Amino acid sequence: MKPSPFDYHAPTQLSEAIGLLSELGDEAKLLSGGQSLVPLMNMRLARPEHVVDLNRVTGLSDLSVDQDRVRVGAMVRHRQLERSAELVAANPLVAAAASLIAHFQIRERGTIGGSLAHADPSAELPLVACLLDADIEAQGPSGVRRLTGSEFFTSVFTTQLDESEVLTGVAFRHLDPAEGWAFEEVARRHGDFAIVATAATTLFGEDGRYAAAGLAIAGVGAVPQRLDAISLVGELPSDRLWRSVAAEASSRISPQGDIHATAEDRHDLARTLIIRSLSRATQRAKGGDPR
Amino acid sequence: MKARAIHLVVNGEQASGEVMPRMLLSDFIRDDLALTGTHVGCEQGACGACTVLLNGRAVRSCLTFAVQADGASITTIEGIAGPDGELHPVQQALRDRHGLQCGFCTPGVVVTACALLRDDPQPTTQAIREGLSGNLCRCTGYQSIIEAIEQAAAVGASTSADGTVA
Ligand SMILES: Cc1cc2nc3c(=O)[nH]c(=O)nc-3n(C[C@H](O)[C@H](O)[C@H](O)COP(=O)(O)OP(=O)(O)OC[C@H]3O[C@@H](n4cnc5c(N)ncnc54)[C@H](O)[C@@H]3O)c2cc1C
Ligand code: FES
Ligand code: FES
Repeated sequence: MKPSPFDYHAPTQLSEAIGLLSELGDEAKLLSGGQSLVPLMNMRLARPEHVVDLNRVTGLSDLSVDQDRVRVGAMVRHRQLERSAELVAANPLVAAAASLIAHFQIRERGTIGGSLAHADPSAELPLVACLLDADIEAQGPSGVRRLTGSEFFTSVFTTQLDESEVLTGVAFRHLDPAEGWAFEEVARRHGDFAIVATAATTLFGEDGRYAAAGLAIAGVGAVPQRLDAISLVGELPSDRLWRSVAAEASSRISPQGDIHATAEDRHDLARTLIIRSLSRATQRAKGGDPR
Repeated sequence: MKARAIHLVVNGEQASGEVMPRMLLSDFIRDDLALTGTHVGCEQGACGACTVLLNGRAVRSCLTFAVQADGASITTIEGIAGPDGELHPVQQALRDRHGLQCGFCTPGVVVTACALLRDDPQPTTQAIREGLSGNLCRCTGYQSIIEAIEQAAAVGASTSADGTVA
């Protein structure tokens, strides 16, 4: 099908875009990569009367790595994340997650701002933003707001953003050079949305025990979920430990079955992927799998 | 909802048109410019038949509005072969290896392969498989397409960054 008619706006300044959003209210939709919005419009599941294109707005496309953070403008494409040597060095987890999104032609257009704002429950970048508690910046008529990745996603396709706000950028911490990481997912075919995805980070102390660890999961609820309270810290790595963490995590999630997988399948996938990602992140921390 | 004038470069030549904002780039290319080599299979980004180069990057023309391409440079399948119609190495390889049957997917496959080989001139078989994962083919079973891209890589097929064919 074809999209229903709309008025098109192509501002060049962020303030203009925000002005249009506040003026047009819920008749308007922002357009970034269009890789989620345009399919919805083609199927007429979305029928905005006004489309405000961010592609000509200046200042939203920078990717920079400073002392302790990676700053990514909202219009940075997934393909840029995937291919940036600077990002791979500072935070390989973000780059790896981006490379698992769809096919490369989709990644040439799709943006990090669009992906976070769209908030698909099994999307890769929201999962990483949640795990690393990324610093998300939004700008609206009343100024700049900073939101955190662990609280940003409120429900399926829903975030803390207001209708008149533009997500302008996101900052991630660096991964410590000694930190291990992993991003694991299961999808029906390469490039499909994940059924379940997990991401993990691990850091070891001199005693060979976990000094810090993070674990998060997507595809088992309305939003990506951090499994913070599950503690590896102080333990020695072992297959048995990962299994018990996976079992405990699995008792805390309550996935719903849908056309893609039953609730039981999602539970099984969650357990398997948690074990896989803890093992991989541990291997990487121990230098067994260089970046 | 008024029509807008757009000016762009298509296959190295100036093109312009008056388009309603809702017109997809794929429809503009096919219906207004009469370049029907760009195929449309799904209009939801899944099949890859509509792939074109937009400022040198391989993208879905069905997920871009024509108004967004104002000022851009586009290469479609019609712009891939040489001026006298001599086949691009990717096209030649597809022919040599029987990399097409009905041909519906082929324009998207060719444009995709050109972008792929530009970004990674000597791809591994795995990289070719991943690069092609966004192009559905109902006929060939893919193996012959993969072999063709390997052949094209071996003869050094690549495109320059602006999408013009080298
Ligand atoms: C075939 C196919 C497969 C895909 N597979 C995956 C996958 O495996 N994993 C995955 O994560 N994604 C997948 N996607 C979606 C893709 O990642 C999109 O890039 C992403 O979801 C949205 O980014 P976008 O820039 O294209 O946003 P758009 O489509 O332009 O916008 C999406 C939504 O976000 C809003 N929005 C956009 N930018 C902003 C902003 N800066 N501030 C506030 N609101 C904004 C829009 O108004 C719209 O509601 C797939 C898409 C296709 C077509
Ligand atoms: S028609 Fe564009 S991807 Fe299928
Ligand atoms: S040759 Fe028929 S779809 Fe590919």
